Parts: sequence; structure tokens; C-alpha cells
Amino acid sequence: MTYPDFNQTIPIDEIGVNERVARLNSRSIKKGSKVQALKLALSMIDHTTLEGSDSPGKVRQLCKKAKQPYPAMPDLPTVAAVCVYPRLVGIAKQELKGTDINVASVATSFPSGQVPLSNRLDDTRFAVEEGADEIDMVISRGAFLNGEFSLVFDEIAAVKEACGEAHLKVILETGELQTLENVRKASDIAMHAGADFIKTSTGKVSPAATQPVTLVMLEAIRDYYYKTDKMIGMKPAGGIRTAKQAIQYLVLVKETLGAAWLNKHYFRFGASSLTNDILMQIVKQETGQYQSLNYFSND
Amino acid sequence: MAEERIDVKKTYKMYIGGNFPRSESGRTYKALDSDGNLLANACQGSRKDFRDAVKIARGAFNGWSSRSAYNRGQILYRIAEMLEDRRDQFMRELGPIGFKTAEAEADINASIDRLIYYAGWTDKYQQVFGSVNPVASSHFNFSMLEPTGVVAAFAPEKSPLLGLVSIISPIIAGGNTCVVLASEEFPLPAISFAEVLNASDVPGGVVNILTGSREELSEHFSSHMDVNAMCYTDELPSDMKKLIDENASLNVKRVVKRMIKDWYHEDSQSPYFVTDFQEVKTTWHPVGF
Repeated sequence: MTYPDFNQTIPIDEIGVNERVARLNSRSIKKGSKVQALKLALSMIDHTTLEGSDSPGKVRQLCKKAKQPYPAMPDLPTVAAVCVYPRLVGIAKQELKGTDINVASVATSFPSGQVPLSNRLDDTRFAVEEGADEIDMVISRGAFLNGEFSLVFDEIAAVKEACGEAHLKVILETGELQTLENVRKASDIAMHAGADFIKTSTGKVSPAATQPVTLVMLEAIRDYYYKTDKMIGMKPAGGIRTAKQAIQYLVLVKETLGAAWLNKHYFRFGASSLTNDILMQIVKQETGQYQSLNYFSND
Repeated sequence: MAEERIDVKKTYKMYIGGNFPRSESGRTYKALDSDGNLLANACQGSRKDFRDAVKIARGAFNGWSSRSAYNRGQILYRIAEMLEDRRDQFMRELGPIGFKTAEAEADINASIDRLIYYAGWTDKYQQVFGSVNPVASSHFNFSMLEPTGVVAAFAPEKSPLLGLVSIISPIIAGGNTCVVLASEEFPLPAISFAEVLNASDVPGGVVNILTGSREELSEHFSSHMDVNAMCYTDELPSDMKKLIDENASLNVKRVVKRMIKDWYHEDSQSPYFVTDFQEVKTTWHPVGF
């Protein structure tokens, strides 16, 4: 493969991006298509807990919810994956045995990534050994902003190697990248270095996922696909809390990449509270009654 | 300068989350004076307006219910002060809808007094209705009142200011938040009262006032699973009452019905109107171990 010169910047029309997002957001999706979109969104969730206070008990709860989001409606799709810290991967793996729900783990000293590369690789290998199917790594934003693009590229490639069979999602932490041009550049670096997915944010930095950033990344994926025929996945994460937002993201994906990307193999939501809002909307559509969080489990 | 001036008229909108939005549906209906002349267009609130208001009321609940009782009392008192300050505005609004000057004045006075009445109760109902209970085991057993949560209410149809104030004050005095549907026939004083609330340190979202049709909204008021109590004080059509009772059973909503005809009567204010929207929590605390 030929690699682009990452010192060259692809200009991004920020106003154009915002306008396109605004226009797509005005699309109205109701009734049957809404239910379908909600169920699709549910099946794309990486059900996540990334707190210092996470415990084996909490992860078990999370896995129960992943397997059966809402016991009163047993036919609902399960979420795509459960996303936890490396130390808790083993427990999630055990809980999810026999299901097709993946275990994802943030590694490489999430969320800052500010430790030596060797430690980050150890972190990754540990998570994979514990049974993680997917690894969410963070890039070195400091190095990226310094213009050390080759370093960033090499680190991603090294982590990819450490992943082995596991899928690699590369977190760009777009909230720290300052411009949409940087988002585009980081996306290109990540994809060329071997990412299976590119992901917006850790969820620990504000702003987390936004639609304009997502659109820019989706366009990077599209261009990469035209160039290499390789489909890269997309995962916006952080700040997506409502079903309405989720549907807006699905519209963005459909309009930028097409229906081939509209499944859990190529699109994910990284979220913790989104699941319940989607469930509430599905139940609302079924029963006609607005729902209360009181009747949905917390994890 | 004897130039003729064009009146600048107020647009009456709804009150949701401390803001004055129009109905998302864009609909309005005519608010008429007692001679059938157009006073203003009022918003005709929709199902989605109600949904938005409940969401905001739910969001405001934790903050409001965890304020000290004393502070809630201060804020109710402040509403009374602000209402006092805006007498003229309400005199102008009550006149055209059939209140004679003396009646309008009495209505405003009674509304102010009612706010003061419940302002006084905010830090007292706990003592009066909470209890230490005698039990046969070595436990310290006590019961406390806790606010129910989000209350949806129909304000009285024929008492657009005093009735409205009498419904809202005991609900918020007890730490609840509410979504109130104003009198359908006389919606304008309710929106002016929202301006009073907005100027009175009442956090946005604690009181939300919609205007519109009971017929249309009763279904959603009663069935919303995130509403914990529903309240009305007028005689309703029997099918609407039935609908409310049935829908309320979905999440065991408390339905408070207090048929009050005369809002000046001493029976129209009572600490029991506060406890209507309270739940009793009893705690068994072991002692002597």
C-alpha cells in the first residue's frame, strides 16, 4: 500500500460540515422505521463502564443487561459488546460465554495514554490474554499535536500487532485535536496503521463525540474505502445519551457510507446511558405511554 | 407629541423549564373575554410539550426536593412578594374575564395570602405529620414524609388565578415539581403568574405551566410513567375520570381529587393538601445493641 504524506493537510469546510449535519438532522423518522432504527441502534451499542469504582459485581450486572436489555421484551436484540477496563475483562468474558456479545477493553493506559509504549503494549496483551475480542486504544495526542505523525503511526501499528486476532479500535480523542483537519489527519493515520475501527473519544474529555466530527471521520472512512476497498468501522463515543441522537448518527452513516455500514460490524455506539433511553423509546412505541427510568435497571 | 401609538401586545406562551416557549405543535387557540371578544391567542399545548415538561420537571426534582424546607418557604414567600408587586397586571387581566374590581382585588389578595400560608407550612408539616412510633422491639421507629416526585395537575377551570395558586403552592411546598395545565377558558392569568414565578427564585422546571385542552391532554397526563401523582379539583366528565383512574393504575400514580367549589372558603387551604403529595417512609433503627 502507498501511504499518503501525513504532513499534507486535507482542508475541511467546517461550515459545510455543520450545514450538512443540520440538514440530515432535520430528517423525520417515525413509527415503524423509528422502531427499526431504535432496535438497530440497540444492537450497535458497546455497553460501557469505565469508572475508577468499577467492580466485578458491577461488570456482572452490566453483562446481564447486555444479554437481556429488558426482560419484559425478550425478543429485543442484545448489545454488540461490553466495554470494560482490562482488569475486568476476564469476568465479562466468563459472564458472556455462549453469547455472541463481544468483550471490548480499553487498553494502552486509557484514557491519557501517557506511559511508555512498552507498558501500553503490555496492557494490550494482558487484555487480549484475558479474552478481549476488541481493544480500544488511545493515540498519543501530545505527539500528534507536535507533528510527530510517524511516531503516532508506529505506535498504532505496534498496538495492532500486540492485538493479534482482536479487533483494534483507535480512539482519536477528537476533543483534544482542536480542528477538523486534525481529526481527518488522525483518522487517516489510524486507518493506514491498521485500525479496524476509528473511535471519536474516551468519554473522559469534553467535548466527546459530536456529529460534525463524526461526519469528518465517516468521510475519511469513505475515502479510504475508495482507495483500498477496505471497510473500516466507526464508533462515536461519549455524550450520546438519547435515542434521538442515536438515530441522527445512523442517518449520518447511511448517507455517508451507505447501508453496508449499518450493522454492528461496522458501526458502534460507545455509551452507558444510551441503552436505557433507547429501551424507553422502544417501550413507548409499543405501548403508547411515555416511560420512566424507574422501571429500567441502572447498569 | 400627540402621535398615535401602536399598542405592543404581549404574546402569551407557555412556561417550561424557566423558559417561555410556544407549543412545539405551533397551534394556538383563542382566549376570549367575557363578551366573547378576542383577548389573545394562547398556545395549545401538545402531547410532546407535556413530555418535554415532565422531563424537565423530573430533572428539577432532585435539586428542589433537597433544598432545605426553610429555603422552600423563603421562595414561596418571595413568590407572594412578587405577586403583590404585580397587582395591577392581574387587575387588568382579571377584569375582562368577568371579575369586578372588588372581586379581582379579593382574588389577588387571597392568592398572595395562600402563598404565605403554604410558605409557613414548608418547615412545619414534617413535625406535624412525621412521627416517632411505639414498637415492642428494641428499635427506634420513626416515619418521615418524602415528596412524591413529579405531579401533573389540572388547574381549576373557573378560578384562573387563585385556583391555580392554590394547586401549585402545596405541591411545591412539599418539595415536588409539577406540570400544570392552566384553565382552558381563562389561560392568560396563568401565564402572567408564570412570569411571577420566573422572577421569584423558583428554580426553572419546578413549576411548568401548559395551556391547552384537557380533553386532549388527559390521556397523556394520566398515562405518563414518569409522573407520580395526578391532581384535579373540578368535576370532570365521567369518561375522563375513568380514563385517568385506569391510566393512573399503570404506574400506581396517586390520583388526588379534591372537589373544591369555593376557593375563598377556609377548607380550600390545608396542610393535608401538602401531605396529599407526600409519601411516608418508616425507618426501623436498632437500638441497644
